[in-house]
Amino acid sequence: MSISICNISKQFGDFVALKDVSLEVPSGSLLALLGPSGSGKTTLLRIIAGLEQADSGHIKVQDEDVSQLSARDREVGFVFQHYALFKHMSVFENIAFGMRVRHLKDAEVRPRVNELLHLVRLEGLGNRYPSELSGGQRQRVALARALAVKPRLLLLDEPFGALDAKVRQELRTWLRNLHEEMHVTTVFVTHDQEEAFEVADRVVVMKQGHIEQAGTPQDVFDHPATPFVMDFLGHVNVFHGRLEAGQMHLPGFAMEYPEYQHATSRDATAYVRPHEVELDRTPQLETSLPVRVVHVNPAGPVTRVRLVSDAFGAAINVDLSPGRYRELALRPGDQVFATPKRLRVFLPDDYVI
Amino acid sequence: MHPSSLRTKKTAGRFVADEPLWLRILLITAVYLIIGLLILVPMAYVFWQAMAEGWEGLVKNLWKDPDTLHSMWLTMTLAPLTVVLNTIFGLAAAWTITKFKFPGRTLLVTLLDVPFAISPVVVGLMLVLLFGMQGFLGPTLREWGIKVIFAWPGLLLATMFVTLPFVARELIPLMESLGDEEETAAVSLGANPWQLFWRITLPNIKWGLVYGMIQCHARAIGEFGAVYVVSGHIAGETDTMPLRVEKLFQEYNNPGSFAVASVLTLMALATLFGKYLLEQYIARQMATDAVE
Repeated sequence: MSISICNISKQFGDFVALKDVSLEVPSGSLLALLGPSGSGKTTLLRIIAGLEQADSGHIKVQDEDVSQLSARDREVGFVFQHYALFKHMSVFENIAFGMRVRHLKDAEVRPRVNELLHLVRLEGLGNRYPSELSGGQRQRVALARALAVKPRLLLLDEPFGALDAKVRQELRTWLRNLHEEMHVTTVFVTHDQEEAFEVADRVVVMKQGHIEQAGTPQDVFDHPATPFVMDFLGHVNVFHGRLEAGQMHLPGFAMEYPEYQHATSRDATAYVRPHEVELDRTPQLETSLPVRVVHVNPAGPVTRVRLVSDAFGAAINVDLSPGRYRELALRPGDQVFATPKRLRVFLPDDYVI
Repeated sequence: MHPSSLRTKKTAGRFVADEPLWLRILLITAVYLIIGLLILVPMAYVFWQAMAEGWEGLVKNLWKDPDTLHSMWLTMTLAPLTVVLNTIFGLAAAWTITKFKFPGRTLLVTLLDVPFAISPVVVGLMLVLLFGMQGFLGPTLREWGIKVIFAWPGLLLATMFVTLPFVARELIPLMESLGDEEETAAVSLGANPWQLFWRITLPNIKWGLVYGMIQCHARAIGEFGAVYVVSGHIAGETDTMPLRVEKLFQEYNNPGSFAVASVLTLMALATLFGKYLLEQYIARQMATDAVE
């Protein structure tokens, strides 16, 4: 089932939670709403579910306008951040709840619940109570409960937010696999860009009630549309300087930027990802920047190096592959040369080429 | 006392250990003495007086006096009826106050405490002024054949007024602390409001509700002041047990008076015991929750 979100606006008192948001969710896709807190992502999710009423705009599910339907009639499976399991019911009854309130016969309920318990790998735990389960198990029960009534859409509000890192990692992979099996159109909210990129096949970055950018994870990561997206999606080095005839000029050094060939110089801000800077013992280019190593952290899949340019006093972060790090054998205090391989410059909207 | 305040009991003993022995002994003795003098001795005296003429005397004083018998019947029907009505009101009030945001909401919460703040005698007087023959509504109701003051409906109104806040007061903080996550989940799973109440809300608040009902019942049984004003003391008609105790005492019928008083005390003790069992149960529930 596809979802069409058309011109949704929502205000809470003076706070604008969403302004004129439109978005298409293709049928069978797994989409992540990504953004910092206050960006309106959870509000949008709750409006899709019917738990919140939009001030204006409408929501269509497969060409049917559901804006006026109550949450009860939308056939949406909703998974809450803090699970919201029914404490006084066993796991079995939690999962069965949606079918019980629809007055399904026990002969139908029982096999379906057992099937779901199998699906979420909680066989044999049907008689437990939520308080006897771990966080990861509880979230799987919540998911099974949402899936029990065969929803048209599955919506998850920061589903792994309350779990520790290892369990979260497991559940991400598991959710991805589950989606591959079930193909229910799924929207989930997260503030963790890693999680969004790993699980979703479409990512929507939100900021202050509007959509900054939507696209595949690769699109969004490689071609950030705005400085906000660039900054939000990972570490970044920021340089303020002047742009002129294919080069970005900073006090003491310059970077190539062939996209801008005008002779008129203008103020600009350049963004460089730490893994897109190369370090060498000898300068690669005339424009390479001499820098001094301040700190090296070789723990983890990449070696993080913090450097400082004595020429203009700015700190630069660089991520090296462990192999390159061993080659260079960097120590704090070493003098090296940094060469940005890729920089992005965002020019203000009023600028016309 | 709210059930959640029971949590602090476990840590309370810690402070005592820091005090010198003599101070502990002194304080503990003082507590026992005061409780003994103010509570245990008078209570024991009630039973002792009631039994002054032996079992036969007690039975005679309770069963052979039709007015006393009637007063017991009256109290034992009035109190449960009050509890039922105030439970319905308390649920509705707590639901309204915790689920909806509307102007005057905080004022409503404050107004809920009015029955606790006003002297019961004043409550009785207000009812007389409103429903009495010279009152505002009395004559009209009379025309319709409804008698409130010096009759059973007045007793019910007075008791209800005085015990109105118990259930609501117990439920409001409880329902606020529960939040609406489970209920939202139930709605998204397709539950209608009726199913929502019976399957989700009620199971979550049941112990708080029972606790409020027990307190409401205890107060309803013992209510004297408000009922005193509206009843008119018609023996065998509008005398409740507390009124009967007073009347017999005024008539120098001490054995009779103490017999009814002992039954009242027994009922209060039974209520207390119920409350104690419930508190034990809730404390155990909390202990298992805490382990998790």
